[in-house]
Amino acid sequence: MRIQKCKGTRDLPPEEMRRFRQIEGVFRNTCLKWGYQEIRTPTIEYLHLFTSTGTLTPGTLSKVYSFLDWDGWSGERVVLRPDGTIPVARLYIDSATKEMLARLFYVTNIFIFEETGKETREKWQCGAELIGANSISADVELITIALETLKNTGLKNIELKLSHAGIIRALLTGFGLSPEEQGKVFDQILDGNVAVLSRLKGQTPELARLLTPLLDLKGESSGFLKNLKAVFNHNLPEFTPALDNFITITDLLTAMGQKYEIDIASGRGFEYYTGLIFQLFAGELKVGGGGRYNALIPLMGGGNIPASGFALYLDPLIGLIEPPRATAERILITVQDEQPGLMKSAFQAMKQLHEAGFVASLNLNAKTKETYKWRLEVRRKAPRFILSGKSGKRQQEVATIDDVLKLLGGQRAR
Amino acid sequence: MPVRIALPKGRLLTETAALLEKAGWQLSGYDTSLRNYRLPSGRFPNLLVKVFQEKDIPIQVAIGNYDLGICGLDWIEELSVKYANTALMRVKNLGYGSGALYIAGSRTQVALSIDALRAQDETVRIASEYPNIAESFALNLRLRRFSIYPVWGAAEAYPPESATLALVSGSRDGKSLNNGLAPLNKVIDYSAFLIANRQSWKQKDISEILATLEKVRPDIKYAPSSTTPASLKVPPPPFPIGKEATDIVRIALPDGHQQKFTVELLNRAGIQIDDYPSDTGNRRPNVKLEGVVAKVIRPQDMPLQVANGNFDMAITGRDWLTDHLAAFPSSPVRELLDLKFGWVRIVAVISKNVPADNIYALRQQGMGDGSSIRVASEYINLADKYARENHLGMYRIIPTWGATEAFLPEDADLLIENTETGSTIARHNLKIIDTLFESTAHLIGIKDGKHNRVKQARINSLIKMLASAVGEKQEHT
Repeated sequence: MRIQKCKGTRDLPPEEMRRFRQIEGVFRNTCLKWGYQEIRTPTIEYLHLFTSTGTLTPGTLSKVYSFLDWDGWSGERVVLRPDGTIPVARLYIDSATKEMLARLFYVTNIFIFEETGKETREKWQCGAELIGANSISADVELITIALETLKNTGLKNIELKLSHAGIIRALLTGFGLSPEEQGKVFDQILDGNVAVLSRLKGQTPELARLLTPLLDLKGESSGFLKNLKAVFNHNLPEFTPALDNFITITDLLTAMGQKYEIDIASGRGFEYYTGLIFQLFAGELKVGGGGRYNALIPLMGGGNIPASGFALYLDPLIGLIEPPRATAERILITVQDEQPGLMKSAFQAMKQLHEAGFVASLNLNAKTKETYKWRLEVRRKAPRFILSGKSGKRQQEVATIDDVLKLLGGQRAR
Repeated sequence: MPVRIALPKGRLLTETAALLEKAGWQLSGYDTSLRNYRLPSGRFPNLLVKVFQEKDIPIQVAIGNYDLGICGLDWIEELSVKYANTALMRVKNLGYGSGALYIAGSRTQVALSIDALRAQDETVRIASEYPNIAESFALNLRLRRFSIYPVWGAAEAYPPESATLALVSGSRDGKSLNNGLAPLNKVIDYSAFLIANRQSWKQKDISEILATLEKVRPDIKYAPSSTTPASLKVPPPPFPIGKEATDIVRIALPDGHQQKFTVELLNRAGIQIDDYPSDTGNRRPNVKLEGVVAKVIRPQDMPLQVANGNFDMAITGRDWLTDHLAAFPSSPVRELLDLKFGWVRIVAVISKNVPADNIYALRQQGMGDGSSIRVASEYINLADKYARENHLGMYRIIPTWGATEAFLPEDADLLIENTETGSTIARHNLKIIDTLFESTAHLIGIKDGKHNRVKQARINSLIKMLASAVGEKQEHT
């Protein structure tokens, strides 16, 4: 009987792992250049970390991997981290000096049960959080880092979609919905639930009239928002602060020459956020997203600290980027037998080659095939080394490893 | 192909038997005396009928061991609220056995309300026989911090001292909640349901059997559920918690068949106790010993309750303590005194038809076809530990709620069970292949409990009294 991998999980074989590391490397470099510092939080956290803030929906929480630890007789459950941001906020509150600005990034896995089989239950993400700033430039900085990372991985035609939680909330509050109902109703509106729509229309026809242009039209400049503002200002002044914030951000993006699409409907799952929501698409595939979540840290008892952040989704990205070159081409070291004296020379030769930046490994005389670029025979007697190409061509006798290095010199793989 | 159906023991048995009688199934032996778990049908020779604890039935149907089952909607919900895409289909509401589940608190908790709970930063503790429904309730209410005590029974005894809330069943009008509980919220209404396995429904022709049930349905009398005990008339004596508990020793006493032996023991030790066992369902009997209060809960639940500091001591079996310690090795609960009654052996049991005489042989043999060894037990942690330590390889634990013997051979391969004489095991054509340990009732408590002097003296004196009653010199200091 063959033992199979667990349902809903994914292996990363060498080829995919190279892609993974490529994206991760670009992300790390980009973040470091922008002055962000890398952190790592534990895989296991208390369940109450995620229930206490109320930012995760009951639907999400019913799909977490939770269990009683070996000392969990109090019934206190622990979970495999279902979200990247909340643990970072906890780390900030635990360790930050009061009201410090923190630019933090991480590469982490999160765990959510998934039953359609379309996605994995363990997802990897590259995330960045900017904690302690409430300015529009903070939001734009995060968008820029996300786009720069994607560009440097070689991806083209990334689309940026913008929405705003403040506008969605103002709208739903206008319909007389409590904060608890809002998330569910917004999802239902977006799913085209006619019953919900007509119920809302019946209650506040004035507002319902504006619902269609708000959700259906997609804008490509702040002009779109200014038009909305002109209409809403008259009917619903409570929209103004959120709209103003949104307009300033889009104006700044326009000035920087950054293209975007305003799509209020893309704010599905907005419950987490308080301000700007942005999402990144490669064609139909969502490859990242983020936004402003000013309520999270106050809800966690960390004081009135604003924050925003984003995450890039490694799982779809792995399939999208150009495969990076395989690591340095390999030198296969062969010996005639495994006598200690000869093996010592072989290991010494490998050590010198490694130090010089080559990849060298021992031919284990296994029946399974190995790929390599050069072959170096280590011998007991002179000539001590014979270097040859793949198919035994271009055989050259060499006396020392230094001479081998000279021969390989121009062809160093990295 | 035979059709397999799982029928309930317990509260639904009489009305289910009446329904099937009218449907003309001619089942023999499906009555309260219940000598056999496999019942032949005079009408359908191809029908395999097996009787289970009601709680086990949704799981048995969901995993496909049975095509059909009859049980309460409460137990169906308990499974499907956690496992939304289970292969369980609700075929028909049978109407009888109705009741409702409530989230309830003690009437003494004046400030208790749903809004107050949501605003609360402290852990909301919920005791229930329905831990999945309780968890789902807590998540949907967006409680900030909660813990669930899954209990075997007597959840109504927990609030207010041992838990904030209990999720309990009662009548649909909510008037009959026991032990001074007040409902905060109705969670679901339930009644008996006919359920089917989705796969069986797609592939098997079970129409003949369904048709017999369809015909009799209008005749079913909707008898009110009869299991709700009379509500409590005498207000319970106060049961101290928090600061009040610093001097008072709180002891948990068992309900069920161990009550008789417990009373005898207490009396021998010179301790008088009122209203235990109680005719009215009182779970707070009056112990006539200064500074000692008692509450009656299930022995299975006691080690966890002592570990959590809800009780200082409890009278339970060593089997349940060992099961608790298998799940929580660093738990501070320990045996304080062997009470020398309720002797049983904890054994590993297989079908007589399996040619293995010990666990090694069973392991060697494996399941042949590469499927898992199914280990059924009430002691899930003991069973898991036993399977692990004996390197059973691919195995699965099937939690049961009693009548475990009925699982072999078709619904499990190995049981971890308790037995006194071994006669039940023999009667079901089973054999014992290993003894894990022997168990008797024990007084349990916290190892090196940090009590104040008054309380420690009371604990010591209580242990001494019980020790002399069982004829043991107590060297405890």
